[in-house]
Amino acid sequence: MIMFFSSPSDVKNNGHRRFFPYCHIILIPRGVSGHESGGITTFFARRFHHVTDHSCAIIMGSGDSTLSKIPNVEELMEETGFSPAHVVRLYERFQALDKSKKGQLSRKDFESIKELATNPIRDRIIGAFFAQGQEMVDFHTFVRILAHFRPVDKNRPKKANMQEPVNSRTSKLRFAFQLYDQDNDGKISRNELLQVLRTMLEMQVTDEQLESIADRTIQEADLDGDNAISFDEFRKSLEKVNIDHKMSIRFLR
Amino acid sequence: MSSAADSSAWMAHGDASSHHQHGGGYKIVQWEWSYVQTPYIIAIWILVASVAKILFHFSQRVTTVVPESCLLILLGLVLGGVVLIASKKQLYQLDPGLFFLFLLPTIVGDAGYFMPSRLFFDNLGAILMYAVVGTLWNAFCTGFCLYGMKLAGVIGELFLLFGALISAVDPVAVLAVFEEVHVNETLFIIVFGESLLNDAVTVVLYKVYISFVEVGPGNVQTADYFKGVASFLIVSIGGTMVGLIFAVILAFITRFTKRVRIIEPLFVFLLVYLAYLTAELFSLSAILSMTFCGIGTKKYVEANISQKSRTTVKYTMKTLASIAETIIFIFLGISAVDKSKWAWDTGLISCTLIFIFVFRALGVVGQTWVLNWFRLVPLEKIDQVVMSYGGLRGAVAFALVVLLDGKQVKAKDYFVATTIVVVFFTVMFQGLTIKPLVKWLKVPRSTNRKPTLNEEIHERAFDHILAAVEDIAGLNGYHHWRDKWEQFDKNYLSKLLMRKSVYHKGELWEVYQKINIRDAISVIDQGGNVLTSARLSLPSMASRTSFSDVTNVTSYLRENGSGVCLDLQVIDPVSGGKLEEETETHHLLTGNLYKPRRRYHAHYSRHFMTMGDKERQDREVFQRNMRSRLESFKSTRYKGKTRHKKERSQKKARLALVPIDPVVAPLESEEEKSEDEPEKDDDVGITFFDVYLACCCLTSIAVPGTLEVCQSPAVIPPSPTCAEKHLPWKGGGGTLPVCVSMETTKIIPIDLQQAWNQSISSLESLASPPAPAEPQHPRVRTLGRVEAAARGGNGASAGAKGTGGGGGSATYGIGHYTPVMSHEKHRFSLNTHFVVKLRDTGRYHTLKQHCLRICWLNRKAEKTHLP
Repeated sequence: MIMFFSSPSDVKNNGHRRFFPYCHIILIPRGVSGHESGGITTFFARRFHHVTDHSCAIIMGSGDSTLSKIPNVEELMEETGFSPAHVVRLYERFQALDKSKKGQLSRKDFESIKELATNPIRDRIIGAFFAQGQEMVDFHTFVRILAHFRPVDKNRPKKANMQEPVNSRTSKLRFAFQLYDQDNDGKISRNELLQVLRTMLEMQVTDEQLESIADRTIQEADLDGDNAISFDEFRKSLEKVNIDHKMSIRFLR
Repeated sequence: MSSAADSSAWMAHGDASSHHQHGGGYKIVQWEWSYVQTPYIIAIWILVASVAKILFHFSQRVTTVVPESCLLILLGLVLGGVVLIASKKQLYQLDPGLFFLFLLPTIVGDAGYFMPSRLFFDNLGAILMYAVVGTLWNAFCTGFCLYGMKLAGVIGELFLLFGALISAVDPVAVLAVFEEVHVNETLFIIVFGESLLNDAVTVVLYKVYISFVEVGPGNVQTADYFKGVASFLIVSIGGTMVGLIFAVILAFITRFTKRVRIIEPLFVFLLVYLAYLTAELFSLSAILSMTFCGIGTKKYVEANISQKSRTTVKYTMKTLASIAETIIFIFLGISAVDKSKWAWDTGLISCTLIFIFVFRALGVVGQTWVLNWFRLVPLEKIDQVVMSYGGLRGAVAFALVVLLDGKQVKAKDYFVATTIVVVFFTVMFQGLTIKPLVKWLKVPRSTNRKPTLNEEIHERAFDHILAAVEDIAGLNGYHHWRDKWEQFDKNYLSKLLMRKSVYHKGELWEVYQKINIRDAISVIDQGGNVLTSARLSLPSMASRTSFSDVTNVTSYLRENGSGVCLDLQVIDPVSGGKLEEETETHHLLTGNLYKPRRRYHAHYSRHFMTMGDKERQDREVFQRNMRSRLESFKSTRYKGKTRHKKERSQKKARLALVPIDPVVAPLESEEEKSEDEPEKDDDVGITFFDVYLACCCLTSIAVPGTLEVCQSPAVIPPSPTCAEKHLPWKGGGGTLPVCVSMETTKIIPIDLQQAWNQSISSLESLASPPAPAEPQHPRVRTLGRVEAAARGGNGASAGAKGTGGGGGSATYGIGHYTPVMSHEKHRFSLNTHFVVKLRDTGRYHTLKQHCLRICWLNRKAEKTHLP
């Protein structure tokens, strides 16, 4: 059962006080597993999030207990902008992926995702979850990485002291840039570009073709003539592309 | 259009006129009007429509303000008036049969085939929502409200029928109006997609109500409503399936047309049209069928058919659609001038106008509110305004209302009048005002900007990233399914429906080529200005985007019939060595000016394009070159004793290197050839391949030896310069004169654009600026490189002085080589074809093979010439 509580009272949730002017209760049949109800919860949660700033949805029952299991969940939500429903959803997913039940994901866990097997740049994306030299990913990092793909919310109040949100245009671009820039020197070199192109195009083109594409690409973007694409150049070359649209996933709204 | 009786009478008239001939003796000239009447009238109408279009566009001020569709309707009204006055009754009207069977499919076919599929599927949810829910909403609300008003003394149920046919947004009108407005792509695809996909709803509602009217309103049972719903599902899904089946058939057929390229476009037209007819045959949604056939098949067909066929398909479809649209609007105008067919009712007309407008707006706002919960990119308020205002009604509604049976639907005349007024109002008033409205609301316009290579690559990467993230986050969202579909398409569909040779070509590679071609064209169009900048940069590059606004020089020149060629000399300052080069060129020209032997084959083939003048000349040049080549071999053998020792030794070194393995080389190229075979195009014979190529690669004599028109304007000193002894006709040996001069490089874009393009693009890949002292450097370098390849890497030749440039692969070599070719505009176009082709197919290694092979052949030839 999922309840959307919003009564004009303070509801205590994890020590955090929130104000709920309205009350909505939605009953979901018992048979519906957490996975399926996730979509529904997400939907409603999103709606309430949207209606006013004051109304907020708490997920009772399984959702509530899940939330309480996550340490520092408030900070995480604040930082990433995810709603509680999203966090619960992602936590469920995280646990499903976490075969060893250690609260951390290893590369193997990612690699075992069936759908990912056909993705040509799978290794790079998995690599993006792991900070330099780290072997495991905890839940917070997991959520933070995924938060890159949240659509930009216009009506979210901007706080002066806050650093750039993780789902801004720049951080989205930064994420993509780092997939190319494997040696982390702040530049996409010709070789790095060639590698990405090779994985994306597989065996469809010859090496010469690939090289000429890479050369052309670099020349097109390269403004300072160092035969590599820096992040600024990368951003400039994608100036006209609506990154907010092309690097966002609707479900994570 | 012309009355239906005409067409049925056509055959009968044919018989009648033949009888005529036998009566009353033999006449020298006979008046056979009845025999040719129908096609004659049709042709005249099309002519009138086309001429009208020309006339409209004489005045630019009018066409920028008034949409063409309005003008056409007005013209139709005038023509209708003329006909009415002349013959007292209206002879012509938009015949529904003709409209649905011929005019509509041409427009829908064009729309479906050229539908931007990615955009369409990205917005499919919204499109379906508006098409199904929106149309139903419009139909019921309009119908019930009119029913409530009880206007014109008509019985109620008929209003539901009327509501159904008047509610659907019309694809023809939407296309005609929105194509001139240029709103952003998302908005356009939503309105346009809706207008196409609502066909199923309209068809079903119309048919259901007609059957209700037939059985009488009292006899309708509850089951019939369910039948209506089932019918909707069958009509829409069935129509889509028929379309997709034909799409697969069409793609599969074009896999095997490589020997009959000439009829490729016909298959496209036939099968797309058959998809429409088949859907009509089973009374499914024909528009849906045709649209999905077009969308589904395009990718594979475009990959399979030749470039020429692609152009043919494109232009034929556009021409047909444009003519059909013109005729539809003219006949809408004409049909309106027919007092006998319609009855005016002010109340009905004004209420209908108000209702359709209000309900459209309400529907759009309501649906958008729901959709915005689900959409990543919410539709803004101004989008909603444009969408409400862009709900144009058109010829489909008119044709449907004319189709009504006057006996069963007593109010038919009122409905016809109302429909005409509604159509005119939406197309003329709304069509006229939508442009200022869009401007006033500052709706984001579509930019005609083509994506750069960077954008293409990164967007592909983004797609993969999003798909991966969805998979990791465990969401089976849009990107997940799109990725799944792409996998399926790559693994099975493309394998089944594409030629092997095309299947192995990278999509990105084609994008790359297209961008290169575009660049080069714009370089030429801008008079080559871009080349003068210190570093070669191109219009598609981020820093140079402003160039797109520059007027198109080439088309200007072409339009004005100017014989002026763009001369790179003008824009490329040459300093040193200029005089020398000019001298060389002059001697070259005088020595080797080529006069073609006239040989006219009266060759005609229905199945193949004949070899053009150009190709014939190419062959001529080739033969000539080969002869001179052989002679030069001979001469080195017999005459060149002491004078050309150096050259000879050079040549020997080359020849010695050539057949690294004389047996293997030809063998391999044989293999290549058989592999290449499926690549063979109608315009290129593979037999010339190696010969020509080698001819280019082997010696640059081929190049300067055939200079034709591009005479250098300089005054030539008569005394031989130092460079002269290197010239082939003086030296007589196998020297490699580097006399490719910029002087003679004129660009004739019309026939050599493609080749030139390639060269530009690869020129551009040389990051370093061409050294000012040696402006011919890039070209020469190429030559050197290609030759180096020919010689198995021996760079010790005069031509290879520019072997620098590091990682230059064969690609560049070929690319660079091309300008040298294009310097011989007419002569070497075939060669460039090959070179380009080589690039296209990505078989660079074959270049080497062929060069080796030719060197080997030459050596053999040399041996045989020994006594």
